[in-house]
Amino acid sequence: MNGKAFLAMLARDAHVARRNLIPLFFQTFLQPLLFVFIFGRVMVGSGYLPAAYKSLLLPGIMAISMVFTGIWAVAMPLIAEFQFTREIEDRLLAPVNLSWVAVEKVVAGLIQALIAGLVVLPLGWIILRPGLELHLANPVLFACITLLVAGFSACGGLALGCTVDQQHIGLMFSMVLTPMIFFGCTYYPWSALSNFPILQKIVLINPLAYASEGLRATLVPQFPHLSLPWILAALLMFDVLLLIAGLRQFQKKAIS
Amino acid sequence: MDAAIRTQELRKVYHSAPPAGAGRGDASGARKRSKDSKPQVTALDGINLDVAPGQIFGLLGPNGAGKSTTVGILTTRVRPTSGTAWVGGHDVWRDQTAAKRQIGVVAQRPNLDFSLTAREILLFHGAYFGLSSHERTRRASELLDRFKLSDRADQLTRGFSGGMMQRVSIARAMMHDPQVLFLDEPSAGLDPQTRLLLWEIVREYNEQGRTILLTTHNMEEADTLCRQLAIIDHGHIIASGTPAELKASIPGGFLLRLRFAQQSAALLERLATLPGVTEVRASGEANADVYASRGGSLIPEIVNTAAAFGVDLSDVHISEPSLENLFLHHTGRSLRE
Repeated sequence: MNGKAFLAMLARDAHVARRNLIPLFFQTFLQPLLFVFIFGRVMVGSGYLPAAYKSLLLPGIMAISMVFTGIWAVAMPLIAEFQFTREIEDRLLAPVNLSWVAVEKVVAGLIQALIAGLVVLPLGWIILRPGLELHLANPVLFACITLLVAGFSACGGLALGCTVDQQHIGLMFSMVLTPMIFFGCTYYPWSALSNFPILQKIVLINPLAYASEGLRATLVPQFPHLSLPWILAALLMFDVLLLIAGLRQFQKKAIS
Repeated sequence: MDAAIRTQELRKVYHSAPPAGAGRGDASGARKRSKDSKPQVTALDGINLDVAPGQIFGLLGPNGAGKSTTVGILTTRVRPTSGTAWVGGHDVWRDQTAAKRQIGVVAQRPNLDFSLTAREILLFHGAYFGLSSHERTRRASELLDRFKLSDRADQLTRGFSGGMMQRVSIARAMMHDPQVLFLDEPSAGLDPQTRLLLWEIVREYNEQGRTILLTTHNMEEADTLCRQLAIIDHGHIIASGTPAELKASIPGGFLLRLRFAQQSAALLERLATLPGVTEVRASGEANADVYASRGGSLIPEIVNTAAAFGVDLSDVHISEPSLENLFLHHTGRSLRE
């Protein structure tokens, strides 16, 4: 590996992100914060939802922001750069092994996903404040889960970005991301699906389900959640699988 | 000393549509269907190249001949189906990173980083290749000046004209001072003034001892810029040598393209016996290509002979020895077809 080239590519992505800071901010935070406001304040404040829902909702929203940001930050530029602008070619010709170009994209996406998660949390807290009960008992475990969630999001972005055609971006959202969010135990805990036993099993193939349950287990352990070893093992597996799949797709795209 | 570029029996068969900008392969003959019914396109069929260091080498051929595929293999972007490619002594497909250090590449289609300004494109490229901050700042300014880009150096390249984008691409490829510079159709779409600037810069870079491989279907470019040429068609090299050697290899040198009102095999046979004529080929319905050692002075004799056979000559075109004629001679097709 060539550390200088790797860092230079990371610096390039940081530079471009800085240049697009304001649109990036709205793209990342507007939707989750509106959601927090409507469901956590309006619905709870008017009595349609119980006050405890605030605490249940926030980890799920954090999971959505992280996963969405990680996937978006890696997949969208890759789709454009491979198929439309071809601007990635300059980096493919840099004196590093091709896989490091892909890993750099993953690291950049992972950092963005971490920032998204760690900014949504305090902003959500400000909006929901009275009555929100967060119990961060084990910060190390929380950090591990956050990192694994950011990791699989960015790796998933790599796999999708090197697979989806430009004309199918809309389909990627409606066929992959939307079902992922709604069946990702984001707005409800996994245990709430016990009335739908088959669905409850099916959602376990969704990595976002482990992200929501993991963040819930570390931030609001007072709610029912999947067991932590099970969550960690699943998240780790998704990280590895999606990274392997992503690297394979990247090689296929980069070399004809 | 190692050859700057060498290939041995390079073959490339695409199993899906070749990428845009790479050769489309042989559209007429080699498109087959294999057992699993995936279309196969043979883009290269045994290419051997040997380019000495310090050379300006041209790959000349029509679109789809395999030029871009050859460049793609030499620049780590297209994996050969078989055969080996070396750049600066490094096997491109065994030691990609070392090969990539040796090369600068200007792709056929613009691939600038649209999120960056022209100067930033050069600076980041320099950083990928490990140039120090001071070195890359200096070199970027020099290149921007040389390519007459200084006034727009700090603007995003998104709004640049095609010619400006091409200049930024070439400056970027030279940024890390590579030993071998690949230019894939560098002057396609350039205005004549920019083309001259490009040629001047390529020559200058070559004078510093760098090797240049360029692909072109422009005869003038191949003739004036390249010192060695390989003519490529349907994935084969059909002729190679210096432009002068290649032109001398055309029988007679002059080409007279004749159009008659009617077809007459006997007339063509008779034309072949005229003094100075080396070869006569029928082409099209009632056309003939006459290769000869003289041009205009042959016309009266051709007119008289045709008249003697009762055939009207309806059109004549005389061309002097050129690479265009060479290509026509080898393939029976014009480069522009």
